[in-house]
Amino acid sequence: MGTPLPDKDDLLRQYRSMMRIRRFEEEAARNYAKGKIGGFLHLYIGQEAIAVAAVDALRDEDYIFQTYRDHGIALARGMSAKAAMAELFGKDTGCSRGMGGSMHFFDVERNFLGGWAIVGGHLALAAGTAFKSAYNGEDRVTVCFFGEGSTNIGGFHEAMSLAGLWKLPIVFVCENNQYAMGTPLERTSALKDLSIKAKGYAMVGDRFEGHDVTLVQQRIGEAVNRARTGGGPTFIEVLTYRFRGHSMSDPAKYRSRTELEQRKQLDPIQVVRERLLELGVQESELEDIDLEVDEEIDEAVQFAEDSEPARREVMMSTVYAEEGDS
Amino acid sequence: MAKIIGLPKLSPTMEEGTLVSWAKKEGDTVDVDDLLAEVETDKATMEFRSFDRGVLLKILVPEGVTLEAEVPVAIIGKEGEDITELLAQVASAGSASAPKSASAPEPASAAGSQPAPESPAVSAPDSPVAPAPEPAPGGNGGRVISSPLVRRLARERSIDLRAVQGSGPHGRIVKRDIESYAGPVAVPSRVSGERLPPEVRQATSMRRTIARKLTESKQTIPHYYLTIDCDIGPLSDARAAINSELEADGKKVSLNDLLIKAAAVALRRVPGVNASWVGKEIHYHQVVDISVAVAVEDGLMTPVIRDADRKGIAEIAEEVRDLASRARDRKLSVEEMTNGTFSISNLGMYGIEEFAAVINPPEAAILAVGTVREEPVVEGGQVVPGRRLRFTMSCDHRVVDGAVGAQYMAALKRIIESPLNMLL
Amino acid sequence: MRELRYREALREAMLEEMERDERVFLMGEEVGHYQGAYKVSEGLLDKFGERRVIDTPIAEAGFAGIGIGAAMVGLRPIIEFMTWNFSFVAFDQIISNAAKIHQMSAGAIKVPIVFRGPNGAARQVGSQHSHAVAPFYAGVPGLYVCQPSTPRDAKGLLKTAIRSNNPVIFLEGETLYGVKGEVPDEGVEELIPFGASRVARAGTDCTIVTWGRPYYVAMEAAEQLAGDGTECEVVDPRTLRPLDMGPIIESVRKTNRCVVVHEHWPYGGPGAEIVDRVQREAFDYLDAPVERVTGLDVPMPYALNLENEVLPTKERVIDAVKRVSYAK
Repeated sequence: MGTPLPDKDDLLRQYRSMMRIRRFEEEAARNYAKGKIGGFLHLYIGQEAIAVAAVDALRDEDYIFQTYRDHGIALARGMSAKAAMAELFGKDTGCSRGMGGSMHFFDVERNFLGGWAIVGGHLALAAGTAFKSAYNGEDRVTVCFFGEGSTNIGGFHEAMSLAGLWKLPIVFVCENNQYAMGTPLERTSALKDLSIKAKGYAMVGDRFEGHDVTLVQQRIGEAVNRARTGGGPTFIEVLTYRFRGHSMSDPAKYRSRTELEQRKQLDPIQVVRERLLELGVQESELEDIDLEVDEEIDEAVQFAEDSEPARREVMMSTVYAEEGDS
Repeated sequence: MAKIIGLPKLSPTMEEGTLVSWAKKEGDTVDVDDLLAEVETDKATMEFRSFDRGVLLKILVPEGVTLEAEVPVAIIGKEGEDITELLAQVASAGSASAPKSASAPEPASAAGSQPAPESPAVSAPDSPVAPAPEPAPGGNGGRVISSPLVRRLARERSIDLRAVQGSGPHGRIVKRDIESYAGPVAVPSRVSGERLPPEVRQATSMRRTIARKLTESKQTIPHYYLTIDCDIGPLSDARAAINSELEADGKKVSLNDLLIKAAAVALRRVPGVNASWVGKEIHYHQVVDISVAVAVEDGLMTPVIRDADRKGIAEIAEEVRDLASRARDRKLSVEEMTNGTFSISNLGMYGIEEFAAVINPPEAAILAVGTVREEPVVEGGQVVPGRRLRFTMSCDHRVVDGAVGAQYMAALKRIIESPLNMLL
Repeated sequence: MRELRYREALREAMLEEMERDERVFLMGEEVGHYQGAYKVSEGLLDKFGERRVIDTPIAEAGFAGIGIGAAMVGLRPIIEFMTWNFSFVAFDQIISNAAKIHQMSAGAIKVPIVFRGPNGAARQVGSQHSHAVAPFYAGVPGLYVCQPSTPRDAKGLLKTAIRSNNPVIFLEGETLYGVKGEVPDEGVEELIPFGASRVARAGTDCTIVTWGRPYYVAMEAAEQLAGDGTECEVVDPRTLRPLDMGPIIESVRKTNRCVVVHEHWPYGGPGAEIVDRVQREAFDYLDAPVERVTGLDVPMPYALNLENEVLPTKERVIDAVKRVSYAK
């Protein structure tokens, strides 16, 4: 199947969205190094095309779940860089008001239902929102992202098993970035081609490279359509690569610099950039976008810096939801 | 513009790191995420990658040096940029953040050589406190073993637990021991000439409330007092008659219950007393709700008899009994203790002849009731036995002028000396 | 009032709430066609159909997670664990997800879900099937934990749980399902609030705090002690989180002694929590140390004679009451 020719304006928009993620993550890293951000910080650099493509394959009312590597999808879905950065800074203005942090972004208005930090633990939740679509007879689809490291834990199996059994409207997207923290796939899985697993749950499997935003959008789009029209769930393995360590405290010694440099040849942002230049976009137009993105991210850092710290009242009042109006 | 590059925090717990090796040299171009140096942290040797684009203009720190996070290590900028100002900035801050690799022993500081502070004087053995107690039964080294409940009861009843025999495990004094104890209440023994310090107790929240409210009352309300002496004989007789009526139902009313009713009826007759000063307004109450002062352990409460003017004596009696007993058990609700319009306080049972009470704001008056006195009175030129009772009303002059207060006292006297008046 | 069995009371609660609110559904192993492993859901499939009474494969982590996900977007699931012993494979879903989502999302997402099923020892089912799980869940902020002793409380609390906007751990008892008790008549709706301890028996001499299966053991002990002139006041907290200490403290201030009787292990948990609160909030009223009668600190053996020794008995309760009363 051939990749359709992308529309120039769509591609420009996707370029901007991917740059936004890249620059956000770079500034997050800088501020982590300054001690402004604490805890764990997992960067999405190198995988940007997948989040941006998936969002473009979905409708606003569709549900999205992601792992703790969740800044990319949140920004792609439209979260403001300010709310995202303020959350990393632990501020009241953050998307989770300082209760979540890097690993637990939420944007319920945009149906982004969270970054989740127990490997494999959120797959069943995603099957649950898909279950609700089926229960209510809605045509909303759920997309659930996770890494290849999740495919070995029981939570993956039970969620896939029930989704397959009940033909739930869900797309499981495995972002295979080759390393489960520091362990390469060949040391954690007997299968090299993970999409084969789909057969075990009587669902459609697919597998493709993740550096071409156009291709990713088309293939995820097919799966989303299938889910929306009663065709049941799909398991997708997207081959990708993160350019940074697992988290900020990971020196990434388990892979060679040659390998990293090789993979950087397939930097999804470079790929779009070249495509745009081929389509006749001027270099200066792209630089203008870069500058605008830089400005947005700088403002986000300043906003996060200036915001009020997270509040005790929010912490105390959110342990339980208010009762009544059930 | 060129900028100073600090040593990044490469792990959440990193406080310092050793710059193992530089991956770039001065003059090299640098892109975001390019490897700048290797840094040994508490966790591992980490890659120090650039957050900036440009040219590495200056390396500030040689390899092998251990530094705290954020200490300047390099300057990155545009090719050929003037960095003298930045270098000066680094140099001036440098003295404060010297590399820590040269681990020369720290010179002994002056502070370190100070003599140790003298140990406090040992307390003198001949302290003037009471002699050591007898060892407690059971050989507990002088410590009296008792349950927490017993210690509280002993405090409340001033019982010296050293005198009580414990029947619990290890000679523990338990509730039943202190309940059956009939010994003397301890009086703190005093050596002659010795002055005992006061026993300090925290005021309970009720005491603090009383203190605050009454202080406020006395300091802000201009009190004045009216006293009147009444013949209580007719009312006492009325009480006896009522009680014989109620006897079949096993009920009884007290003189105080009758006084509540009398005071309430008098308020209807002289409504100017049944009022409150509220800011710049005077509120004349449409209802007659009588607060009755009840003594409780360590304090005082004022439950309210609502619509006392319209209730029968028996009903008032029942309500007073219920409210007073719940007041003693601290089981009154706030509603039952607030929003009275007039108060009565009776100390007759203690033999007090007359007294002046403090007004219970926002009420404008309080009636103090003394004891019934049996004494000779002159009636129509004859000395006859009489039963007398003296009332003193404290009034808030902002609301109740002397004449109004006096009218009220006269009305009250009329009712008391001719109880049928209550029916009018 | 009429008499119902505990299981019938639970069934009525589910039936009434499912009739009242279409968002409520029941999911679990054997809840539908099999009519419930312990017949609690008997007849519900016929009444509500497969859309709302959903049989699952043996996959607790999976269907617990699906329930939580469905609750996040507006449904109100009742998830039945065939027994609470099997909840351990879904522990992560309950602890890391259900209990955390509301705060982690700064209050943006509610999780109205009930996890229910039988808890504690049944009879000779061995160590893996005899857990009294309250300590594992009652310590977690973000969860409510109910453990009703009587049919009336079972019905009233389950209705409240289903209407709650928070995750509720609802601990029933396999050996309680057949117990009969008074329940308000049909058409009389009773919602029992969380955090309202109930004085089950009035007394003046010793306070016994108990819930679940041992409630009946303690009530029997109290009857026997009354024959000897010791009147025990029995207080049933009914919900272990929130825990209503008010009536317990009030009772201890009156009786000056307290015995806590529970099935779970002695190390920590609601039993130890109650003792801690009593010693702090009624310290000056205690005439004796607070005692506990608990399940013994061992995995549950199979043999009946030993199982009987492990579980709280009437004799152990009576001994404890006598010890705190300094009676022979």
